[in-house]
Amino acid sequence: MTGNEEGNDKYRGDLGMATAVHELTPKEANAHPPAEAIVVRFAGDSGDGMQLTGGQFTLSTALAGNDLATFPDFPAEIRAPQGTLFGVSAFQINFGSTAIETAGDAPDVLIAMNPAALKSNVGALKPGGLIIADEGEFGVRNLAKAGYEASPLEDGSLARWQVLSFNISQLTLDAVKPFGLGNKEALRCKNMWTLGLALWMFDRDREPLIQWLKEKFAKAPTLAEANIAALNAGHAFGETAEISGPLKQHHIAAAPAEPGLYRTITGAESISLGLVAGAQLAGVKMFFGGYPITPASAILHHLSRLKEYEVTTFQAEDEIAAIAAAIGASYAGQLGVTSSSGPGIALKGEAMGLAVMTELPLVIVNSQRGGPSTGLPTKTEQSDLYQAVYGRNGDAPLPVIAARSPADAFDCAIEAVRIATQFMTPVILLTDGYIANAAEPWKVPDMSGYAPFPVQYLESVPEGGFKPYGRDEKLARPWVKPGTPGLIHRIGGIEKAVDTGHIDYAPANHQAMTDLRRAKVDGVADHIPEQEVTLGEAKGRLVLVGWGSTFGPIHQAVRRQRAKGRDVHHVHIRHIWPLPRNLGDLLKGYDKIIVPEMNTGQLKTVLRDQYLVDARPLNKVSGQPFRIAEIEAAIEEALA
Amino acid sequence: MNEMTSIPTSPKDWETDQEVRWCPGCGDYAILKAVQRTMPELGVRPENTVFVSGIGCSSRFPYYMETYGFHTIHGRAPAVATGVKLANPELDVWIITGDGDALSIGGNHTMHLLRRNLDCQVLLFNNEIYGLTKGQYSPTSRVGTRSPSTPFGSVDRPASPCSFALGSGARFVARGIDTHKNLPAVLKAAHAHKGASFVEIYQNCIVYNDGVFDPFTEKKAAPESQIWVEHGEPVLFAGGAKGLAMDGEALRLRIVDVVDGDWKGAGVIVHDQTNHGLAQMLIDFAPGEGGPVVLGVIYNHPRPTFERAVVEQNAAAAAGKARDLQKLISKGQTWQVEKQPHTM
Repeated sequence: MTGNEEGNDKYRGDLGMATAVHELTPKEANAHPPAEAIVVRFAGDSGDGMQLTGGQFTLSTALAGNDLATFPDFPAEIRAPQGTLFGVSAFQINFGSTAIETAGDAPDVLIAMNPAALKSNVGALKPGGLIIADEGEFGVRNLAKAGYEASPLEDGSLARWQVLSFNISQLTLDAVKPFGLGNKEALRCKNMWTLGLALWMFDRDREPLIQWLKEKFAKAPTLAEANIAALNAGHAFGETAEISGPLKQHHIAAAPAEPGLYRTITGAESISLGLVAGAQLAGVKMFFGGYPITPASAILHHLSRLKEYEVTTFQAEDEIAAIAAAIGASYAGQLGVTSSSGPGIALKGEAMGLAVMTELPLVIVNSQRGGPSTGLPTKTEQSDLYQAVYGRNGDAPLPVIAARSPADAFDCAIEAVRIATQFMTPVILLTDGYIANAAEPWKVPDMSGYAPFPVQYLESVPEGGFKPYGRDEKLARPWVKPGTPGLIHRIGGIEKAVDTGHIDYAPANHQAMTDLRRAKVDGVADHIPEQEVTLGEAKGRLVLVGWGSTFGPIHQAVRRQRAKGRDVHHVHIRHIWPLPRNLGDLLKGYDKIIVPEMNTGQLKTVLRDQYLVDARPLNKVSGQPFRIAEIEAAIEEALA
Repeated sequence: MNEMTSIPTSPKDWETDQEVRWCPGCGDYAILKAVQRTMPELGVRPENTVFVSGIGCSSRFPYYMETYGFHTIHGRAPAVATGVKLANPELDVWIITGDGDALSIGGNHTMHLLRRNLDCQVLLFNNEIYGLTKGQYSPTSRVGTRSPSTPFGSVDRPASPCSFALGSGARFVARGIDTHKNLPAVLKAAHAHKGASFVEIYQNCIVYNDGVFDPFTEKKAAPESQIWVEHGEPVLFAGGAKGLAMDGEALRLRIVDVVDGDWKGAGVIVHDQTNHGLAQMLIDFAPGEGGPVVLGVIYNHPRPTFERAVVEQNAAAAAGKARDLQKLISKGQTWQVEKQPHTM
């Protein structure tokens, strides 16, 4: 039927893995407690509120104590024409009573709010999975817009799945009738009706959501009441509808987790909080220069509300101004931070070189998206690793860190601030659209466990005289705030003389300064942890080396294959540049190396270059994260 | 202002030990001297002063000023300066730029700096040519300028820096000439204005565009071709023998003769530096190649500055809110896990 489906056929044998009904082999059963996890995908028109529905379902799932991972997948258009295939917005959540690290391969349940949503998502649905469709939206016009000649709900084309369709639109209208809303407003409550049904299906408490609706619509109590009525009606429908078979209630037990306080967090939130925490640990004020771009804008939004943490946010006239202002703020003694996505990062390249040359601290967050050019603004990719490591004119090395998950991004942001301020260097923090938008439970860390790394400004002439480009043991030059008497000096993008920082084009000086800049960044490797084996042992037949948001699928794939007794290991790299000191030796302990990446082989190239190892690529650039099964297939092939 | 500001300085205190590397005879030397002569009169301290520049001949300027200085990248000085000033509003920020730097590659930043009204001085050295890259025509070059990139003469119309500034929302617009004795007075007025002060300085490039401003800068031509305006004073030139009057019918300025000092009788206008419409007319006033050209402080009409607004809003938004990182990261709907973990 669709290309998607053929893709599924390829991995059909493995499809049960992410789901509740998967039957464990005895070995697996011994390795883990019985797994119970379910993947649900909400899909509808971009105006149907699917992201909001997904977000609220995520919150109730988290409150129920399940582990979870989500994947919001929405169109670039703000309001794409209603009912069209390209206007479909989807939200997938994988939750369960065991550790969940991906948003799941194939959904067990697809909630489709119209024909277009059904058409573009049903291919991914697990065979035998459940489709819940709003038949009220399956009229002739909507069917035509989705390219259906006949209603799939009636023509038998969905025979591989279980289909439950009822007129959600009408049921919603009936439920909110007492509140006297207009037809359009009333239909907007559809997502709450659907959410009510989903909450019933998974035995979730409605109360937090009701509270949330009351707060959200505090100024429009009628809307609050209508939405609550729709929610309750959906819930009641599940409870009372006499539909035999597929619609049944599941109770997914809480996932075992370390004791502590938890919340859900998206990557954009955790980066923002991590930057604030980093600046506080460094004892510097933060200046954030940003320019709106998907999917990075959320960081600007979050930080602009945190003034009490000595954060100044500046929405600049363009990407270049955003980083240039951040550099100016760093020069004046604050921590300059800027953030963008691929195309904006490309624009910032020259200014990054200026920060390298002037040796000022700076954090550049890149929420990667599909490229090149405008590419896929709302889809995820890891294709800016080259740009991060090798971008910029001249020899312009700078440290690069990659976050592997929304929660991990918090620590990565702190790490970026630490390196930037301790080494007087710009640092790139790589995340991606998936990390930025996805939510996961986060054990709120105890901030007292983070050692401060206070910044020391130079405030008076040191013994032996003041040298603007003199260096400490880490090869970092002094940070002097303009306004400091006695330390007047000038900096700029022209090559500097060793020590004095005056303009100097002399051949030997450029050689020396290029070497110094490189040695400084290389030296960061002495101040980062050695690379650990993320899962498995330090020697073996096969290692999967990953970075960034491929963590979940790689980890799960390796875990499952290890449970089957395969000699496979997982190494996940946080410090992309410089790489950890021991990484080369570590990799040489394995017979084979596979590098799964959402690009055409960028980390693979770096590893080959640095260590002369036979790293093999496993690539995916469809704008969608890896599925566990895809990685497992690669492991099986490599070990066959 | 701290008390250090009262310690007097001399022009020498504002000179660096760096060898000045402009071509001999470049107008930049005269501007550098004028700035170094002006600084002691401003009651400011070198360590509280920052010169920020972009790229081009003029942008080497910070290296020659004994102040903090940042020679940034092409066109981006306004953006860097914005970060400097927002991070520390107490600093006295000067931006040194040229016609290519400010109006071509950096036009966007110049516009937004002026629109936001960041408190700083923007000195645009206009030599109507790209000097550092060896003489290509610039966005202010006149039509027909022959240069290595336009061997048959440029065909595009030039931008007017002051008109651009005024159109961008600048609240202080002035013009000066590199070698003219009035330049320090213009610089002083620019510094006194709180907000973005835009000063276009006609600067002679002795190598690639020598004499381009001669028709109105030459000593002999000056009285007839330079109209120095001053707030509250009649707009007179040619030793008081001529002035500018408003042609009410055509809605434009015209030159009138003033007999026996009776400028009132001749209808000569009095300069009002807060009049935006008048400023636009004075900037645009260009009856011919040889001038006359309007110079001095053309527009000076302050309003609140960007960095103050940012600082005040930040302070208001932060007021009464405690800084508690642990609380901040624990926000939102949370849940407590009590039991011990299973072995996974």
